Amino acid sequence: MQGRIHSFQSLGTVDGPGVRAVVFMQGCPLRCACCHNPDTWDFGGGKLVSAEEIFRKIQRLRAYFGKDGGVTVSGGEPLLQADFVAELFSLCRADGISCALDTSGCIYNESVERLLSLTDLVLLDYKYTNDTDYNKYTGMSMQSAEDFLARLDALGKRVWIRQVIIPTLNDSEESVRRLYALSERYSCIEKTELLPFRKLCVEKYRALGIDFPLENIPEASEELIERLKRH
Amino acid sequence: MKFEAWNGFVSGDWQEHINVRDFINKNYTAYTGDASFLAGATDRTVALNTRLKELQAIERERGGVLSIDTSTVSSLCNYAAGYIDKDKEIIVGLQTDEPLKRGVNPFGGIRMARNACESYGYKLSDKIEEYFTYRTTHNDGVFRVYTDEMKAARHCGLLTGLPDAYGRGRIIGDYRRIALYGVDCLIEQKVADKKAVGERIMDSETIKLLEELYSQIDFLKKLKKMAGLYGIDISLPATNAREAVQWTYFGYLAANKEQNGAAMSFGRCSTFFDIYIERDMKAGILDEVGAQEIIDDLVIKLRAARHLRPPEYNELFGGDPMWITESVGGMGENHRTLVTKSSFRILNTLYTLGEAPEPNLTVLWSNQLPAGFKRFCAKLSVDTDSIQYENDDLMRISYGDDYAIACCVSAMKVGKQMQFFGARTNLAKLLLLALNGGIDNMYGTRLGPEEEPMSDEVLDYTKVKARFDRYLSWLCRLYVNTMNCIHYMHDKYAYEKTQMALHDTDVDRLMAFGVAGLSVITDSLSAIKYAEVRPVRDENGIIVDFITTGDFPKFGNDDDRVDEIAQDLLRDVIGELKKTPAYRGAKHTLSVLTITSNVVYGKKTGATPDGRRAGEPFAPGANPMHNREENGALASLNSVSKLPYIYARDGISNTFSIVPEALGKSEDERVDNLVSIIDGYFANNAHHLNVNVMNRELLMKAYENPEEYPNLTIRVSGYAVNFCKLSREQQKEVIMRTFHDRI
Repeated sequence: MQGRIHSFQSLGTVDGPGVRAVVFMQGCPLRCACCHNPDTWDFGGGKLVSAEEIFRKIQRLRAYFGKDGGVTVSGGEPLLQADFVAELFSLCRADGISCALDTSGCIYNESVERLLSLTDLVLLDYKYTNDTDYNKYTGMSMQSAEDFLARLDALGKRVWIRQVIIPTLNDSEESVRRLYALSERYSCIEKTELLPFRKLCVEKYRALGIDFPLENIPEASEELIERLKRH
Repeated sequence: MKFEAWNGFVSGDWQEHINVRDFINKNYTAYTGDASFLAGATDRTVALNTRLKELQAIERERGGVLSIDTSTVSSLCNYAAGYIDKDKEIIVGLQTDEPLKRGVNPFGGIRMARNACESYGYKLSDKIEEYFTYRTTHNDGVFRVYTDEMKAARHCGLLTGLPDAYGRGRIIGDYRRIALYGVDCLIEQKVADKKAVGERIMDSETIKLLEELYSQIDFLKKLKKMAGLYGIDISLPATNAREAVQWTYFGYLAANKEQNGAAMSFGRCSTFFDIYIERDMKAGILDEVGAQEIIDDLVIKLRAARHLRPPEYNELFGGDPMWITESVGGMGENHRTLVTKSSFRILNTLYTLGEAPEPNLTVLWSNQLPAGFKRFCAKLSVDTDSIQYENDDLMRISYGDDYAIACCVSAMKVGKQMQFFGARTNLAKLLLLALNGGIDNMYGTRLGPEEEPMSDEVLDYTKVKARFDRYLSWLCRLYVNTMNCIHYMHDKYAYEKTQMALHDTDVDRLMAFGVAGLSVITDSLSAIKYAEVRPVRDENGIIVDFITTGDFPKFGNDDDRVDEIAQDLLRDVIGELKKTPAYRGAKHTLSVLTITSNVVYGKKTGATPDGRRAGEPFAPGANPMHNREENGALASLNSVSKLPYIYARDGISNTFSIVPEALGKSEDERVDNLVSIIDGYFANNAHHLNVNVMNRELLMKAYENPEEYPNLTIRVSGYAVNFCKLSREQQKEVIMRTFHDRI
């Protein structure tokens, strides 16, 4: 079947373990203030490709994956095209390629459940640790993110929690402590990653004629991330 | 043969014949552990290294040359012994009587030597000038026989970087033979060979070889005398590790005094040295600190090597390069790794002495290399950018397990094969020449088959390709003929006596041709095939530009439609070259390698149908053109990995630059991911990879204030170079070149 993708990146090393191909899906229902891929929001954008075609591109990169690498499907929001991603993952798995899903967890339905059954690792973007900010800066409730996490836990999936640390918004030690506390409740969590807020996307916003809501917030320094990691 | 110096070694054929490979094979100790055993630099090493760095700083201040001895012709015994700091040196020997002082070597061409002196404010002595009025140089010889067509092709840069005014280089003496056998034994062998050759039919080839053997023996004697100037007798084999390194280095030093070859490699010595180090350690006369000191001291000497070149040469090749390539690692034919502790030790000099472009440390990578060694190499790349990688699994098939790399990517069996360096031809320029029916649109030169310039409004792929093939066929014949003239004259007037004395007498010869602008012509043909290309003509009907509309597949995106164009081009070039016999029965080989010269080649080439403007740089080596990749770094590597090594057995160079953040989050992850990338690239049968892990910001800072970054090393096509030694133009080009910085 056909899916709408934004782009294909042959070398990814920061979205899951090892060397990975990354497929960026087109279309996202959220409008996260810190989003660095605003060009993936529009459901009608990107280009239509078949799962088979993307699979063949991934297959060409097998030699680089080593023992830890594979493919990560990111976006955009991959859950919007869960059937397409499921087809891609089943092709990859049949070929022994490990599959990771980078998602906000904003949708749960039968298609998503089927997709999760074909997923080796979920990178769950858990964006804030209080409901007010979650709603305000993403348009999604924290409860649905936590529900999604609970389902992953019940399914026994491997999960990495990821949060973009944005100075002044979610960089308090208290907030980070709440984030890490998730792994006490959900044993499926293997790792919690703090990602520094970067502003490399400013040009993209400018090109799209959209205001970047966090334009005046500074990038997160490495020192900040290191300090928070030690929380 | 039997020598006391061999006590403790496992015996074998190496004792009956000159056979260093057999000696290594029977005696080395493979090492499969990690780098934790290594020692750091001693105070002595630090002091000596600091002294050299101080001299290098003065050299930079003086515009790139510290001083020149203008009254002595460089040769083995023409300078008194020189030292950096005599009391501190473990390994001795400098090219002239003082560190970094350059000698003059006019045998390749007096004009180049004269110009080089003058550009740095010196004057070649009258004595030398006068002597060379009576002596024919290599350069004189070549220009006596060059045809008008050869001169025209050279003038407009269709054939370029030709070794017709300086030493051709690319010859690797088996310097290890001196340590293993001693010079007397090598002389005896050559005397016996000469006697045997004397029994052959006395045709011109035999007579030539006999005269060469005479010179080889003469220079082996001079080699002994040269060592004697340092108070060392190298008649007999080396008896310990320090001597093994010293004897071997003397061989290299003698070659460097005799020749100013463009790229003179050190060879493949570290595992050979390791055998002596292990023996000394067992005997309790050497420890790890001492072993590292010996290797450090050798590398300090190699870092002090210099040739006198005119500034134009540096503009072409970038950064006063020597290409003292040392090949490290690899696997044995018996599947046992050739990695030893000394493979680590020589790489460790990048930490003990700091990063530097020389020696050009080249890792022969196999998927079977021990994991600890792979990780150490990748860590060095992340930390220093100073090493390059070549596919041992690919090269071992053709060259066995005792080959080394000359220059950047040219493999040859050590002591058994030599190479006639063939510079390169500019394929993008050839395409333009073909379209214009034999008129070079940058120089107005008429060259090649005379045809009408193509008059089509829109270029038709089939017609263009047929025309290009006719010009390619013409060019390849001219190219081989030109090389034959050059190498005939080099053998006649500037024969490498020391280096060839350290080869088997009946040596296997390769003639290494090269192409530049592969990705430019590939994308140009792709544009003609898949998009619409309209030529723009000047008032004389000469095509000077193109209007290209529509999209077309571009090399570097793992797209077979265009990648196959590149593969077919290589097949056609080597196929055409082989139709013209090469001098002395040499085998034709081909490389896809341009050093920083891709800037100069671009400057000499008009606009091309791929959208490249007139004068814009080419991508280096086999690299895809900058900013044309849509699928990221691995897709780009895949495109290059598809270029078949069987068509380009002299090497296919690719430079991979990446910012650290794009390689992983922690240093450990970066190292592991880099290992995976190199493993994957070579598993796909790719040949060579330069790795630069660096960020654009640092490069920009270095561009603004070069003196603050004297040791910033980057890898360009096939070798490492000090960023601050590149011309401004080359620095800009390096920054512009695709950084794989998507995060």
